[in-house]
Amino acid sequence: MTAPAAARAAAPAVAAAPPSLAGRLRWNLADGFTLIGRELSRLRQEPGQLVAALIFPAVMVVLFGYVFGSAIEVPGEGNYREYLMPGLFAMVTFSSIMAVTMRVATDASRGVMDRFRSMPVARSAVPFGQTGAEVLNGVLALAIMTAAGLVVGWSAHRGVLRTAEAFLLLALMRYALSWVGCYLGLVVKNEQTADQLIPLVFPVTMLSNSFVPTGGMPEALQVVAEWNPVSALTAACRELFGNPGAPAADLAWPLAHPVTASVLWALALIAVFAPLSVRTYQRRGR
Amino acid sequence: MADEPLVVAEALTKRYGTAQALAGLDLEVPAGTVCGLLGPNGAGKTTAVRILATLADADSGRARIAGYDVARQPDQVRARIGLAGQYAAVDEKLTGRGNLRLFGRLCHLSRRDARRRADELLERFGLVEAADRPVQGYSGGMRRRLDLITSLILRPQVLFLDEPTTGLDPRSRGEIWDAVRELVADGTTVLLTTQYLDEADRLADGIAVVDHGRVIATGTPDALKASIGDRLDVHLEDPAMAPGAAGVLHALAGSYPALDGGRLSVPVAGGTVRLADVVRELDRAGVAVGDVALRRPTLDEVFLRLTGLPAEDADAASGREDGPGGGAARDNGTEREKETVR
Repeated sequence: MTAPAAARAAAPAVAAAPPSLAGRLRWNLADGFTLIGRELSRLRQEPGQLVAALIFPAVMVVLFGYVFGSAIEVPGEGNYREYLMPGLFAMVTFSSIMAVTMRVATDASRGVMDRFRSMPVARSAVPFGQTGAEVLNGVLALAIMTAAGLVVGWSAHRGVLRTAEAFLLLALMRYALSWVGCYLGLVVKNEQTADQLIPLVFPVTMLSNSFVPTGGMPEALQVVAEWNPVSALTAACRELFGNPGAPAADLAWPLAHPVTASVLWALALIAVFAPLSVRTYQRRGR
Repeated sequence: MADEPLVVAEALTKRYGTAQALAGLDLEVPAGTVCGLLGPNGAGKTTAVRILATLADADSGRARIAGYDVARQPDQVRARIGLAGQYAAVDEKLTGRGNLRLFGRLCHLSRRDARRRADELLERFGLVEAADRPVQGYSGGMRRRLDLITSLILRPQVLFLDEPTTGLDPRSRGEIWDAVRELVADGTTVLLTTQYLDEADRLADGIAVVDHGRVIATGTPDALKASIGDRLDVHLEDPAMAPGAAGVLHALAGSYPALDGGRLSVPVAGGTVRLADVVRELDRAGVAVGDVALRRPTLDEVFLRLTGLPAEDADAASGREDGPGGGAARDNGTEREKETVR
């Protein structure tokens, strides 16, 4: 099994980082895409996990649409599932945080992150790859949610353009949230802790206008719910899809201008958590 | 630079909270050799490797790999090193081949080169059959071997192996050892941390014994053994002959032997006493001897002498069966090192 000299001569050359800025940028992009490709390969290896992840939203549609929906009055006219779907879109989007946290924490605890860091991989490529890959998952989740919604009688009423805007907004928010998840994963560093954080996301998504109007909540909770980004995203989707539950004028600013508020939320999350994540990744263990 | 050792560490220090992980560690590994960093848990071995592999910054001191400073030229260093550890750092969801291709691409090989290199390594290290199965179904030994070859994609000049066989069964350890020997035959320089003395004894050209964050002894395995001398054991057929035998041994070895039933035992400086002389002198004194042996000390004895800690204790404390993150079952020393370095 000793290697013949010829095989050694054919060994790949040492790859040191290119000196130019453009070269480095190209490396960054290439590495980012490689890591996105990694997520695709993982999905291909584990179709079961994919199915489970996709069934979750469908189950939510049935659970909330028919179990709670049977007893909840919708503000204005229209059926509850029309009211509910934008809320579920927002909830599923926010729940994705924990999946990213889990993935990043697993990489960190299993030493995969250390391997990346001991290799000539572009420094910011790893967090960018991890979060970029999440957009793929987001598109899949949106497709499943949309199909489930259509089946239970939900539809978008304001034309292709507005509908596309709603989907883009959901994708943007998912991307922004993946940076939050990435940062959390880098901070907790192990799967067990990440696992314990999962239940925390649930109340955050529930404390919003996703499932019931905020008007009936105690005043303190109402304030929290109205400033919750989940509510802004839900309200934005209702507006763009033309679903019932358009907010009354006397609500807090984010609900009065839900689309603007959602975009601002997303940009703010990216502005804060992308640099934090990149820095934390680069300084891990120092 | 041609004459400089490939790996140089000078007075490295590193503190994690209140724990002084490294307290002025000096190390030199000449090109083409295997250096065994030997020490008990918490001695600072892993911390030293992490600093040399650019994963952590030293608080003070300097280190160079192939002449490049690990703190100031990390990219140059990363292009020349490979790191494989006790925790198999591969993506469990991907296949073995998928892992090698992924990491090959991240080393900026072309798609074609990455594929070819993956095939080459799988073939050479006997993982072809398992190549297309997800890693989570691999045995511990296979996983470790995949981890090892993943660090070889770029043909590193220096390979860091952090406790490469901790937690493996004897057969898998043998396989890893074979793989390491093959790399060394290729001219790869290896820095190996281990708490297994036999591993250092078998693989390393030079050993640096680490304790409390500094190197307390260096040398070849033989030199280290010679430093504490040989031991002469004599079993008597008749314990009553002990006083006569003791006189003979004293004359030969220069000190009185310890007596334990029918067994006499005396330390001798390496190479100063010949077995034939012992037998002849005892015979001349009329002592009937059952067995005479001149014993080289094991590395375990060297280890005990140098660190004041039996190697078995270090082994028992290693928490070998623990997976990553399963630190709760480990002893405090291990826990401290493993947790703080992450």
